[in-house]
Amino acid sequence: MTVLLFLIPLALLLGLGALAAFMWSLKSGQFDDLDGAAHRVLMDDDVEKKK
Amino acid sequence: MTAAFDFDSLVTHGADGVRRFEAAIDGMTCAACIGEIETGLADLPGLSHARVNYANRRLVLEWRDESFDLPQAFERLRRMGYTLHPFELAETEREETETARWLLRCLAIAGFAAMNVMLLSVGVWAGLDIDPATRDLFHGVSALIALPAAAFAGQPFFRSAFAALGAGRLNMDVPISLGVLLALGMSVYETLTHAEHAYFDSATMLLSFLLLGRFLDHAMRRKTRAVAANLAALRAPLACRLSADGAETLTPLAKIMPGDMVLVRPGERLPIDGVIATGASRLDESLITGETRRRAVAPGAQVYAGGMNYDGALTIRVEAANGATLLDDIERLLEKATSARSRYVRLADRVSRLYAPMVHLAALSTALFWLWRGASLHDALITAICVLIITCPCALALAAPAVQVVASGALFRAGVLLNSADAIERLADADMIVFDKTGTLTAPEPRVANAGEIDARVMDLAARLARGGSHPLARAVAQERPRAAALESREEHGLGVAAMVDGLEARLGSPRFCGLEQEAASLAALDPDVSLVAFRHGDATALFQVRQALRSDAVETVAALKARGYAIEILSGDRVEAVEKIAAALGVDQWSGALKPADKVARLDALRAEGRKALMVGDGLNDAPALASAYVSISPIDATQITQAAADAVFLGERLAPVATTLDLARKARALMRENLALSVIYNVFAVPLAMAGWLTPLIAAAAMSGSSILVTLNALRGGGRTSGVEEEAPPLHLSPASQGREQIAAFDEARDPVGRLEAAE
Repeated sequence: MTVLLFLIPLALLLGLGALAAFMWSLKSGQFDDLDGAAHRVLMDDDVEKKK
Repeated sequence: MTAAFDFDSLVTHGADGVRRFEAAIDGMTCAACIGEIETGLADLPGLSHARVNYANRRLVLEWRDESFDLPQAFERLRRMGYTLHPFELAETEREETETARWLLRCLAIAGFAAMNVMLLSVGVWAGLDIDPATRDLFHGVSALIALPAAAFAGQPFFRSAFAALGAGRLNMDVPISLGVLLALGMSVYETLTHAEHAYFDSATMLLSFLLLGRFLDHAMRRKTRAVAANLAALRAPLACRLSADGAETLTPLAKIMPGDMVLVRPGERLPIDGVIATGASRLDESLITGETRRRAVAPGAQVYAGGMNYDGALTIRVEAANGATLLDDIERLLEKATSARSRYVRLADRVSRLYAPMVHLAALSTALFWLWRGASLHDALITAICVLIITCPCALALAAPAVQVVASGALFRAGVLLNSADAIERLADADMIVFDKTGTLTAPEPRVANAGEIDARVMDLAARLARGGSHPLARAVAQERPRAAALESREEHGLGVAAMVDGLEARLGSPRFCGLEQEAASLAALDPDVSLVAFRHGDATALFQVRQALRSDAVETVAALKARGYAIEILSGDRVEAVEKIAAALGVDQWSGALKPADKVARLDALRAEGRKALMVGDGLNDAPALASAYVSISPIDATQITQAAADAVFLGERLAPVATTLDLARKARALMRENLALSVIYNVFAVPLAMAGWLTPLIAAAAMSGSSILVTLNALRGGGRTSGVEEEAPPLHLSPASQGREQIAAFDEARDPVGRLEAAE
């Protein structure tokens, strides 16, 4: 059962990582405009720049 | 318009030299507009950041460089077909955004804790042969996750519970906080004493479910607020300020100070209250008093925001209302009505007032029962706490808010924005409807009443001519042919519009301007309410009778409401004869006219004393106190700002149908809330005896709680469907003249139904 001593912290660290990522994205305003974000992903603005 | 726009007043300066400007965008119809606007602005010199928020249709511009020219950005967008409506972010909206973020952060932490604790708990439940040391380890780790998470994520509930207890009340958050704290405390004790059961998972799961409900409720309300704020910005709280040297600047209303001079051209609404300095005109103050006859004003006259200027340009000295003016009167009444408004106790709170003492009594009797049966103090207490944990009103606390979220979403799609959180419940209670007349039953703008009798070619030409005029009566004529193109015309102030058509001069304007004085005089003698617009093109002449017309679906809506069993009454500030006609056209028996604001309030108080629950629908400034003192109230979006603030809900669009839709949806929502409350009571009926008997395990608690929460939420989702019988329409998000025009074109063909017109009264 000693494997638990290794697995539990690992599971928690993964979870904390996800939590930290969410907090960061919340802080950087990524949740301010959910409708816009859904459409922006389909825009070709980067393609035009290369031309 | 030649006046320059005073932009500087709306630019906010950031700490590090960043200038920031926010505006609502009109004309944004699809997602492709995002890219169009942003790339369209990208190459403006000096601009460092341009970002469209598609969810609330706003644009943020940021720059540090002095070389950036804001008017240029406006101009470029205008050429692309978008109009910017600058506004200041209201303090309340900023706070709302902060609260939403805080709730989301709490939700994230509670969710993280719930998932990880559940991971460990499932291990304990599944491993029947788990050795006590491992179980203690799992419980210990759970405690380390759950305690800090609950301390952070529980704040919304703890704060509200403390506030309620401090005020000597009980609300739903009291049993929630108690349940969570007891579950955590007992679990810590059990962990320390190496016992078998810990309830960390229940506590964190409860918090995340409740936070999710609360966040969604908040998000829905924030969305409605944002749309309302945009609409307010589109309705342009701008005034044309005259500086000492005669220069004109368009200035946001908030920046107009008492003592400033403001110019109002014919055809514009007065933006502010004040005293006329120069100029004379007639004002249509129906939005303020309900009176449809126009008032002649001269220098020195007191005028109010919301009046429509008809004849001549006015300069107004801005003054805060002083003394015994109409506005002061209304404000006094409004204050009284708002403070006297009986605090409505929401359904959920009423239930929790009953619920909390019952639960605590049950827990107490459980403990006493087990002590009496000879159980140890520890076991008796644990059983009592289990009762409190299982009764922690998870489903109960979700029962009403979940329905609330779904119902306000459905209302939003139907074009109704809710101002107050408990409006849905009060709307469902309403048993009679009191309408204001002017601007509520009738359309806010006057219409041509005899369009059917006029030759179509004359009508076409007149409408094209009318496009070139700024007079409100000309606008009414232009409305008859919304698609007509304007003619090359010149406007003669105080007279009318003229243009050369087929080598002959065509004129539209006052009867004298067109040489039709005799005919006009005989018509006016028949009916003093009507305003006449004359037209002459060679031998072809016409007289347009312009008057207040009913909203296009007023007759049907009132009939539909009657059929649903609501009593209808009209209370109007307009003259008795004018009200009588409308009442007859609508088939309403109960009506009264020439009412002062105080009279309306008195009538509503009398209705309340009779035990009636009246829904007041009104738009005028004079309706504001009545709206505030009614049981529940709705106002149309064209209403004055004070009035909208006093109403519980605001409906969009020209049609009256949203009133009926709102009532239907509210009744449906209330039925669902009751069902949900019943469901959660049934859940308790099954779960509480289990806890009292001491059979509760953490597994049963977790399953029962999540099961009931999900059941209640699923039931609430049924409220989102369409209501039968009433046709819903999408909310028009833009109300600027241009898009309103487009909207009216669409609504126009059906609006021509002659029954919907006032002439039915004649």
